Amino acid sequence: MSFNLLSSENSIPWIRIVLGLILACILPFFISNYSVFQASMVLSYAIALVGMNILIGYSGQISLGHGAFMAIGAYTSAILMDKMNIPYWMTIPVAAFICFVVGFLFGLPALRLEGHYLALATFALAVALPQLLKFKHLEFLTGGVQGIVIMKPDPPWETLFGLRLNSDRWLYFFTLAITLVMFIVGWNLMRGRVGRALIAIRDQPIAAASMGINTPMYKSLAFGVSAMFTGVAGALSAILVAFVAPDSFTVFLSITLLVGMVIGGVTSLPGALYGALFIQFIPNIADQISKAAPWAIYGSMLILFMYTMPTGIAGALRLLGEKFRPTRS
Amino acid sequence: MSRMLLEVKDLFAGYGATEVLHGLSMQIEEGSITTLLGANGAGKTTTLRALCKMIKVRGRIMFDGQAIEGKATEDIVRLGVAHVPDGRGTFGSLSAEENLKLGSYTRKDKHEVALDQEKMYSYFPRLKDRRNQQAGTLSGGEQQMLAIARALMLRPRLLLLDEPSFGLAPLIVREIFDIMQTINRTDKVTILLVEQNAAMALDLANYAYLLETGKLVLSGLSKDLKQDEAVRRSYLGH
Amino acid sequence: METFIHQIVAGIATGGVYASLALALVMIYQSTHHINFAQGEIAMFATYMAWTLINAGVSYWLAFVCTILLSFSLGVLIQRIIIRPVENAPVLNIVVVFIGLLVILNSIAGWIFTYTIKAFPSPFPKEPPFGLYFISSHELGSIGVTMVLLLLLYSFFKFTPLGLAMRAAAQNPDSSRLVGIRVGWMLALGWGLAAAIGSVAGMMIAPVVFLEPNMMSGILLYAFAAALVGGIDSPGGAVLGGFIVGILENILGAYVIGTELKLSVALVLIIVVLTIKPAGLFGKVIVSRV
Repeated sequence: MSFNLLSSENSIPWIRIVLGLILACILPFFISNYSVFQASMVLSYAIALVGMNILIGYSGQISLGHGAFMAIGAYTSAILMDKMNIPYWMTIPVAAFICFVVGFLFGLPALRLEGHYLALATFALAVALPQLLKFKHLEFLTGGVQGIVIMKPDPPWETLFGLRLNSDRWLYFFTLAITLVMFIVGWNLMRGRVGRALIAIRDQPIAAASMGINTPMYKSLAFGVSAMFTGVAGALSAILVAFVAPDSFTVFLSITLLVGMVIGGVTSLPGALYGALFIQFIPNIADQISKAAPWAIYGSMLILFMYTMPTGIAGALRLLGEKFRPTRS
Repeated sequence: MSRMLLEVKDLFAGYGATEVLHGLSMQIEEGSITTLLGANGAGKTTTLRALCKMIKVRGRIMFDGQAIEGKATEDIVRLGVAHVPDGRGTFGSLSAEENLKLGSYTRKDKHEVALDQEKMYSYFPRLKDRRNQQAGTLSGGEQQMLAIARALMLRPRLLLLDEPSFGLAPLIVREIFDIMQTINRTDKVTILLVEQNAAMALDLANYAYLLETGKLVLSGLSKDLKQDEAVRRSYLGH
Repeated sequence: METFIHQIVAGIATGGVYASLALALVMIYQSTHHINFAQGEIAMFATYMAWTLINAGVSYWLAFVCTILLSFSLGVLIQRIIIRPVENAPVLNIVVVFIGLLVILNSIAGWIFTYTIKAFPSPFPKEPPFGLYFISSHELGSIGVTMVLLLLLYSFFKFTPLGLAMRAAAQNPDSSRLVGIRVGWMLALGWGLAAAIGSVAGMMIAPVVFLEPNMMSGILLYAFAAALVGGIDSPGGAVLGGFIVGILENILGAYVIGTELKLSVALVLIIVVLTIKPAGLFGKVIVSRV
C-alpha cells in the first residue's frame, strides 16, 4: 500500500488518494484560519521531508544541514518579493532552481565523503548559516538580524463555489497544489531510472559504478534534487509565515527535519506526511509544559525510534499491514 | 591416567547462516601436544575460534571441568586459554614490548610477570633487540614469535595456535616448533596446534585429529596417523 | 604589535580548549569510529553541574574536581545505556542517536537552568599576571590547566596498564579480547574520559563566552575543524590542530574577516580539509572498504 519503491506491489491506492484529496479540499472551510495556516505548514514540511527522503532514504547520504536549504529557499522568496516585487507564485520555481544548483554544487565535494564525514560537513553548514545571514555586509539583502517582513498575498478570487476564500485558505490551496506536484515529481523520480540508480549506489556502490552508473553525478544530482524540494518548502514557509529571520534557521531546524524523517519513515511518501504532522503539532502541545519540552521529546523520540522503529511509523505500519494481510502469491 | 584439560562434545559453529562445524567432539589431554589437521576450508580455524567463543556456538565445551560454551572470550582467556590467531593478531602500532605487556594484562603477580618477560626474551632473542620497535614493522617470523610470546605471557594452561608456520621460512618454522616443544616440556603448557604443514605437526604432536568439511574423520596417536594410508597420500605426499 | 601578540596568546588559550575537545572527539572516534556530535552538549551540561555546585557554596577547585568525576560517570553511563544498543547499527541510525543525545542534553539544561545567560566564575585573578600586557590571568591559567590535563592524559595512556589496554582495545578489539581485556568496558571508560575532558574545556571557556545552553555549538564546530586538521584518528594531531585553529581564528578574526563570520571560517576549514586532505596532517589515509 505504500509508495515505497522497496515494496513488491507498486500499486497506487487510488481510492485512498482521492478520498484524501476530497477531505483536504473541504478541510479549510471547517476550521479556524490559524488551523488552516497550520495545515499549510504541515504540507510544506512534508515537501521538505520528501527532499530528505530522496537524499537519505534513497541515496543513502546523510544530511544534518537541510535547514540551510530551507533558509536559502525562504530568503530567495522573501528577497524577490520584498526587494524586486516579484509575485509570490513566481518565487517558487526560482527558489527551486537556485536550491537545486546550490545543492548540486555542495554535493560535488560532499560526494567524496561518506557517512560520518558528510554528517559533519552538513552539521557545520547548519551551525554556520545563521551567523552568515546576520552578517552586516549582507544586510542590504538579508535584512540582517531583523530579517525581512513580507506582505501576505491576497486571494485572486473572493469566493470559490460560493465559499469564502480568504488569504489563509487561498494559500492553503496554493500549497496543496504545489505539494501534489512535488509528490508526483518525487514519486516518478524514485520509481524510474534515477531512483533505481540511487538505490544501487546506496546499497552496492562499487557494483553500481562498475555497472556504468556515473556515481558522482547521481549522488550530486540527488543532493541537488533533495535541496530543491527543501528549498520549495522553505519558499512556501516564507510566504505562509510572511517573515524570514536568521534565528528561524538554526541547526535545530535541520534537526527538526531529521526528526520528521525518522518518525515518518525514511523511504516513503506517506511517511513524509506523518513526520510533518509530528513536527508541526508536537511543539504546540509540548510548549505548554515548558519551552524546552518539545526538544526533550524530539531527542527521546529520535533515540527510541532508532531502538524500536528504525523504519519510522510508515515502516511500522507497513510491517503491521503485511502481518495481517493474507500473503499473495 | 591423564586428565582431559579440554573436552568438546557435539560442537556446531559457523558464520551467520553458514554452518562450518557439524558436531565436533574431541578431548585434549593435559600436558599433551595435539594437532588438528585438514585441508583449506575444513574448519580448523573455525574450531579454534569456537573454542574461544569468538563466534556463536552450539554444543558443550569443558575446560578444566568447567563449561565455557556460555562464556565470553575475555573470560575464557582469564581461565588460562591463550589463542594465537591466524594472521597473528599483533597490535601493529604498539611496540613489541607493549604487545608483551598486554599478554600479561590480566595477571596480578608483577614479579612473576617481569620474570616471564625475561624468559620470553630468552626464548626469542630477536624480540629483545626490537623491544621498542613498532610491532607492525617486524618481519613475518618476528611477528609470529611476538604473537606466541604474548600468548605465553598469560602463563596459559592451554595454548591454541593457528597455523604458526604460515608464510615463514623453514628455518624460522623449525625455531618456532622447537620452542613449542620446550614450553610443552618445561612449562607444562598443553598445546592444540592447527597446522597445514602436516609432516612437522605430526612429528611434534602426541595426538592428532583430522578434520574434513567440518567433521572429524580420524583421530589417534600422531605416530599412528603418520602411518595411515589416506593421511600419507593426502597430507604427507607419499 | 601588542595586539598581535595578544591575539596569538588568546589564540593559544582558546586553542587549548579546542585541543581538549578535539582530543575527546578523537578518543571516541579511534575506539568506535563514531563522531560524537553530542560532545559539546556533554561539556555544556557538565559546566552547568559545576555552576550548580559553586552556587551551592562549594569552593571552586572542589567543584572543579567533583564536576570532572561526575562528568566521567555521566560519560560511562551514556555509553553503557544509550550508545551500546546501537553500536553495530547502520551509520545513519548511530548519527541519529547522537543527535538525539545532543538535543536531550540541550533541552534538559534549558529546562532546569532556563535559557538566560549566566556568568561563570574564573578561578584566576582579574589582574593580569606579573603585570604583563598581552595576556590575562584567565588566559594564562586556562593554558596551564589545559597543559596539565594533556600531560596527565599522555602519561595515562603511555605509562599505565589501563591506558595501554584502552589503546589496544581501540586499535584491535578482537586481539584485545584474546588477552582478556573487557573491550566493552574500555569503550565506556573512553567515553567517561572524553566527558571528563569536555567538562574541563567547558569550565575554562565558560567565563569567556558565558553560560547558556547553546554556548558550545560554535566551539564544537571549531573542535571538529581542529580534529580534522590534525587527523581524526591522531590524538597528537588533534591537540596540534586545536592550537592551530585557535590561533588562526583569532588572527583571521582580528585582521582579515572580523569577528562576525567566525563560524563560517570553521565551516570552510572543515570542507576544505575534507575535500583536499581528509586524513588531516597526521591521520592515516581513509580507505573505503570494498
